[in-house]
Amino acid sequence: MVADLIRPTERGLYCPPGDFYIDPWRPVERAVITHAHGDHARWGHRIYYASHASRPLLERRLSRDALILGCDFDKPFRLGDAWISFHPAGHILGSSQVRVEYRGCVWVASGDYKRDVDPTCEPFQVVPCDTFITEATFALPIYRWEPVARVAGEIHQWWRACARAGQTAVLFCYALGKAQRILAELLAYTRDTAYLHGAMVPLVDAYRDAGVAMLPTASVSAMPRNHDFAGALVLAPPSAAGSSWMRRFRPESTGFASGWMRIRGNRRRRGYDRGFVVSDHADWPALLQTVRDTGARRVLATHGRTDVLVRYLNEVEGVDAQPLVTDYGGEADD
Amino acid sequence: MQRFTALYQALDETTATSGKVAAMEAYFREAPAADAAWAVYFLTGRRLRRLVPTAELRAWTLEATGMPAWLLEETYASVGDLAETLALLLDQPFAPPEQDATPLHVWVEERIQPLRGMATEARRDAVLGWWAALPTPQRFVLNKLLTGAFRVGVSRRLVVRALARVSGLETATLAHRLMGQWQPTPAAFEALLDPEEQGEDRSRPYPFFLASPLEADPTALGDRSDWIAEWKWDGIRGQLLRRGGECFIWSRGEDMMAGRFPEIEAAAADLPDGLVLDGEILAWEDDTPLPFNVLQQRIGRLRPSAKIQREAPVIFLAYDLLEAGGADRRQEPLEARRELLRDVIGDGAGALRRAQALDAGDWVALASLRQTAREEGTEGIMLKRRGSPYRVGRTRGDWWKWKLAPRTVDAVMLYAQPGHGRRSSLFTDYTFGVWDGDTLVPVAKAYSGLDDAEIQRLDRWIRSHTIERFGPVRSVAPQQVFELAFEGLAPSRRHKSGVAMRFPRISRWREDLAPGEADTLDDVKAMLP
Repeated sequence: MVADLIRPTERGLYCPPGDFYIDPWRPVERAVITHAHGDHARWGHRIYYASHASRPLLERRLSRDALILGCDFDKPFRLGDAWISFHPAGHILGSSQVRVEYRGCVWVASGDYKRDVDPTCEPFQVVPCDTFITEATFALPIYRWEPVARVAGEIHQWWRACARAGQTAVLFCYALGKAQRILAELLAYTRDTAYLHGAMVPLVDAYRDAGVAMLPTASVSAMPRNHDFAGALVLAPPSAAGSSWMRRFRPESTGFASGWMRIRGNRRRRGYDRGFVVSDHADWPALLQTVRDTGARRVLATHGRTDVLVRYLNEVEGVDAQPLVTDYGGEADD
Repeated sequence: MQRFTALYQALDETTATSGKVAAMEAYFREAPAADAAWAVYFLTGRRLRRLVPTAELRAWTLEATGMPAWLLEETYASVGDLAETLALLLDQPFAPPEQDATPLHVWVEERIQPLRGMATEARRDAVLGWWAALPTPQRFVLNKLLTGAFRVGVSRRLVVRALARVSGLETATLAHRLMGQWQPTPAAFEALLDPEEQGEDRSRPYPFFLASPLEADPTALGDRSDWIAEWKWDGIRGQLLRRGGECFIWSRGEDMMAGRFPEIEAAAADLPDGLVLDGEILAWEDDTPLPFNVLQQRIGRLRPSAKIQREAPVIFLAYDLLEAGGADRRQEPLEARRELLRDVIGDGAGALRRAQALDAGDWVALASLRQTAREEGTEGIMLKRRGSPYRVGRTRGDWWKWKLAPRTVDAVMLYAQPGHGRRSSLFTDYTFGVWDGDTLVPVAKAYSGLDDAEIQRLDRWIRSHTIERFGPVRSVAPQQVFELAFEGLAPSRRHKSGVAMRFPRISRWREDLAPGEADTLDDVKAMLP
């Protein structure tokens, strides 16, 4: 048995035979990036390896002179003494699992992933492995997602109800991934224009460039100062809630699209009128199913409810599981 | 159940009070009286007596889902609401069911209430059957009713406003009709909305008039002579009713206190009929109030023994009169009501006494008198405007409570656990300690006092500075110091520290203090009365 192929260090998850890090949180020589969210793709590394589809998103996020090497899905290449390959993770556009092979031993680091259908990115691919590094963001059995197409219908109904009441429907959601997914799913219901907070505009453009079909959009800031938003749907990052930017939408109804909205208390505490359960992470059944699908004998759980997942895998599923301490977004992510 | 669940969701899905009132108004207009009566019952905070032990609900959920018990408890700790936790966990094993059209009153009267007398086995079959047959939102509302924890973020004031819109009656009238033992029958619902009051309930108290805290200087209230000042007593606010030869004692929380205070009931037996007094239930000896923790020994006791009555004697200290000769006197000016009160009970003696006005003739004298409130065993001073009527609820302007500034202690956070309801899945319940030598002993639990941004920041800090987990509770690195304010301090054998704090809450996050600069147990004990 070889030593651990991937191990936690101060700079991030490190692969000794390949001499590279996966989603490191401190500057390193060679960083293999699973996806473009800020807690996984940080500044300051010398070379970034990422999927082709992640590249445009990383270029927006990182400095101009960052060296980003685009990689094909499912095409192993050599890095140091290890073979690595990228495989779709279904989380956001370009998101990847990283498969690492060395001396016949296979590890897969999943980054963040989901199993649900998502028109904005390639579906999750099961990659058989010996050791599987999984996320655990929603590792509690109450987290089960309904089909997003149905949730998009609820969002559309709410938007219509706001329009009838002369309100602006302001939907908060994360700017990368969630916003585009909702805009794509809403196509089943309408072709009306949705308005975007400035932080979302370049990311929506990037998805359009990648060929993702979404509702027509316009930037809020491009509208005249006194524009009447009554009846409109506005997408904004959660940080805009309660800011003076919100004033132009009065009277408004607010919603939040997140897996956390499965719990009433989470919505009520933040003071949103409506919560829509939409997540880009694996729900509880999907976490368990994925562990079974990979056939991994050993599982390492990173951010989220690692304690619950690890105990459940050990005691109920009979899989050798341990927590793996990382610096990823964890409990607030999604 | 479908219509009531829809109402629940409508109330839950808007943060605007106007939206909540409109949703209730629509419900009360449409729902049959038998259902509307139960809706009023639940929305005004009344609950069914516990029908099913929550341990049974948990066990049946484990049975239906096949999950280990620890996983259910972890999940509950994260959700913070048992009814919701079970409803969400149960949406897996069952196929998505049809909507349920059975009316609310049938659910309550023919299904839920009979659970109490059933054998465990039959109760299990009934509840598991309902869980399987209901969609998740309705299963959640059912669980809320079963656990007796039905709260939906609607105050009684809003329910009254909705009923006022439906009936065209004054809100004060409706607030009064809803007091006391309101029976959820169709007849009671119709009587509630009836323009003519009929069939008065003898035991029904009046809505309490509540004082507002005085934050400004009292000179802003104008002339001292326009105000009657009294001590602000530190007991249980209550109404003493004498009607139809019977005596009823109600607490402000609208608990009927029958049998709890036999000495007060005995003293009230000599009072004339058709009389309602407003006042304070206090532990009292000779001419002096005893600390609140003495009264606490009496609160939970339904039939206090002679021994406990001797150790913790109580009185009713009356300060207002709301009804005399069977007539509502609330619109008469304060002085007239006080006059009547004196005519009825004199200065009082034994277990029924009358609160005296404070003499201090100007604001300066009153302010210095207020500084002695603690020695007098009171919380400060009440100011009541001469000529004012007895109003309903927390109406600002005529009654002010001018309390002493609370005392404070600097303590170190030791444990944190998630809150409930709106604050579930966020660490909001904290335990604090002070130094006893070189160890920290817990002295208080506090829940409130930080703003939302501080709570969020502290929540993140707690998650990254957890030392150990004990179920939902986490011990944290003893690094954060908080100033705690509290109302009173009493010796306690139940607490490791030997002291019990009354109403502790966070007044400031002292990020400027290192843990070593927090107070010691000796500092705290020096404040004991």
